[in-house]
Parts: sequence; C-alpha cells; structure tokens
Amino acid sequence: MYDGGKIIFGLIIFIALVTLPFTLGIGKEYIKANPKIDTPEIMKLPEAERKCVESKDFMRKEHMKMLIEWRDAVVRDGKTLYVNSQGKTFNMSLQNTCMQCHSNKSKFCDECHNYVKVKPYCWDCHLEPKENIKKEAGL
Amino acid sequence: MSNINRREFLKILGIGTFMGIGGWSMFEVVGKGEIEAFAEKYKKVPGALQAKRWAMVIDLKKLDQQIINDCTEVCHRIHNVPKILNPKEEIKWIWDEKFKNAFPELKDDYMSSEIKNMHVLVLCNHCENPPCVRVCPTKATFKRKDGIVMMDMHRCIGCRFCMAGCPYGARSFNWRDPKDYIKNENPEFPLRMRGVVEKCTFCYERLDRGLPPACVEASKGAIMYGDITDPNSEIRKILSSNFAIRRKAKLGTKPSVYYLL
Ligand code: SF4
Ligand code: SF4
Ligand code: SF4
Repeated sequence: MYDGGKIIFGLIIFIALVTLPFTLGIGKEYIKANPKIDTPEIMKLPEAERKCVESKDFMRKEHMKMLIEWRDAVVRDGKTLYVNSQGKTFNMSLQNTCMQCHSNKSKFCDECHNYVKVKPYCWDCHLEPKENIKKEAGL
Repeated sequence: MSNINRREFLKILGIGTFMGIGGWSMFEVVGKGEIEAFAEKYKKVPGALQAKRWAMVIDLKKLDQQIINDCTEVCHRIHNVPKILNPKEEIKWIWDEKFKNAFPELKDDYMSSEIKNMHVLVLCNHCENPPCVRVCPTKATFKRKDGIVMMDMHRCIGCRFCMAGCPYGARSFNWRDPKDYIKNENPEFPLRMRGVVEKCTFCYERLDRGLPPACVEASKGAIMYGDITDPNSEIRKILSSNFAIRRKAKLGTKPSVYYLL
C-alpha cells in the first residue's frame, strides 16, 4: 500500500472529527425537556376537566399548525370559536385561552423550544403571562 | 387487452369521465360526515355583529375636544398603540385633524378660519376600493367579506407600499419596538413588533364578540356605524336625510367613513 501511514493517519483524524459531537458530550449531564403543566390555573380545575383543547399527543405534534389555522380563522374569516373533536367550544386566542391555563411560559413553552433550539416569534407581539411579577407580588 | 376494441375503450373512457364530473370519487374518499365536521370546526360567536359592508358616519357638529380626546384615548389604550411623541415616528389609529388638512380639496381662499381650523376625527376609511390592499405584496393587508380593511401583522414585511398607496395617511410604521412606549398594556390584545405597519381595524375584535367599535361607544352619539348595504340601517337613514361628505372622494377609493357638516 502506497502511503499507508498517511492514509491511516488521515482516517483517524476523520473519525475523530466525525465523532466529535458525541465525544464532546461524554460525561455531560443529559437534560431532557420537561414541560410542566401543574400551574395553579390547571390544578384548580376538577380532575376530569384538566384537558387541553385536544389530546396531549395531538397538541404535542400539531400545536404549531393548529395555532396557524386559528390565526387565519380569526384574522381572515372573523371566526373566533373552535369546536374540538369532543364538540367542546373554545375561544381561539393564544393570549386569552392557551396562556390562561399555561401561565408558566418559561416552564412550558420555553422548556421544549429551548431543547430543540427553535425560537418562535409569538412573543414579539403576544403578551406573555406575567410570571415573575405575580410571584413578587405574592399573587 | 386484445379483446378490447376501439368502441369498448371509448365506452369505458366515457363512463370514467362521467363519474369524474359527478364527483363520486370525492365522496368515496372523504365521506359526507367528514366534510360537515370540517366546516363546523371554526365558528363565529353567536352574537357577533355582521354586515355586508361596515361604514361610519361622523357628525362634526357633535364633536368637541372632550369627545375627540376620549375616542382617541380609548382606541389607543385598548389596542396597545404606543405613545411616541416625535411626529415622524408616532403611531395613530384615530386622531384629531384640522378641517383644511382632512379635506384639502375643499379648501378655499375665502373659507372662514373657523371652518378651516375645525376639528375633525380621522381614521382609516375602510375604502371599498382600497389602494393599500392592491399594493400589498404579501396580502398582509386585505379586505374582509364585511368590508373591513384588515391587517394580518404576522404577514407584514414592513415594505410600506401600503403607506405610499393610502391617500389619507391612515397607516403608521413602527420605527421602534412599541413595547417601550406602552404604559399599561391591555392584556387581552396583542402588541406589534418593530418593522410592521398598523392602523384602525374597525374594532374587528369587538364586532366579532358582539360589541360596537370602541370609538363609537365613547363618542356620545357623534359617531354612528352600521351596514351601509342595509337600507334600514341607522346610517342609511342619516345619509338619506343629511348632506354628507367623504375625504378625497374624487380619487375613487370609495371611503366608508362619512362626515356630516
Ligand atoms: S384609508 Fe388608507 S389604509 Fe384605510 S382602506 Fe383606505 S387606503 Fe387603505
Ligand atoms: S408594509 Fe406590510 S401591510 Fe404594508 S404593503 Fe408592506 S407587507 Fe403589506
Ligand atoms: S373603529 Fe376601533 S380601531 Fe378604528 S378608530 Fe375606532 S376604536 Fe380605533
């Protein structure tokens, strides 16, 4: 084999580089996204009513598409009510419906969005629940 | 395939086309129940106020400084409109304008200064033929079925074509992050971000909940609103018995805001 030493040396460097993301992570703590749904607003509901507008599984996968459909229905068609798969009706509003229960944006939305490194621009305009102010005022 | 002749082939083709036109395949795939369920998913609030074309009549005789201030204040407060004092950067949905500026085409050398300087409340005219909608490249500004010229802030790219297109200066551009210029936010309404255009939306969010526009409510009867296509509406009755003018009517934008003198 011509230049065998050089090839093997090159291969070793190549493998080292390719596996860098894994080797760098060795010994580091693996932080899993852990969104919390135990807000006072949710906990004070009777247990049978502690349900989101759709199933947990659906919301986890589809909430972003759902919010976009809600936006178009409200802004374009003036339709503000959502009838869910169980026939229950909700006011379509991120600020006035979703965040009324999920008053813990930092421990709910941000938890997964940070984990998967996405930065949705909802909060450039929509008002976040005032988590810290509430705590400071003891409310 | 040797036993299919030309005639049979055409027959099959004909049947296939017929079924296609009848839309049978559509029903087989989707099912009637599912189509109904889809249509029912989004609904209007039962008491929502609806019209074929919303319009307003503003009676200038009934306006005074107090009413003008009240209307402006309530609109800007409930819609989280930032208060920026620099006139080059200010944001306004409804504001106090002198008659000579609101109606420049009516200005006359011998007009009394009283009329020239009369206070007029001006806002977006929700034109029937809105140039702002025609020039918007993203459909961020569009006309709703009920005539309201709306903004979808999510789509606005801040190109400001609409501001160049609007002959009434009804639109404002957010040069700065408006967050820093709002004292007490209305928690029920969103803000805007830097780089988008905003304007009066005819209080769509109130109509959709069955409430009249906020400025109408605050105007002590000086502003009336209703469906201009309905001959029995309050505003149609007023228009049929009073002389009313519209801003820059000559331009052909067909404003939906009328003024009584
Ligand atoms: S007044 Fe201006 S912003 Fe309003 S609809 Fe007419 S052109 Fe568009
Ligand atoms: S500034 Fe926004 S609303 Fe105006 S024309 Fe451009 S995209 Fe459309
Ligand atoms: S109709 Fe609503 S948004 Fe428009 S000026 Fe009046 S209060 Fe403001």
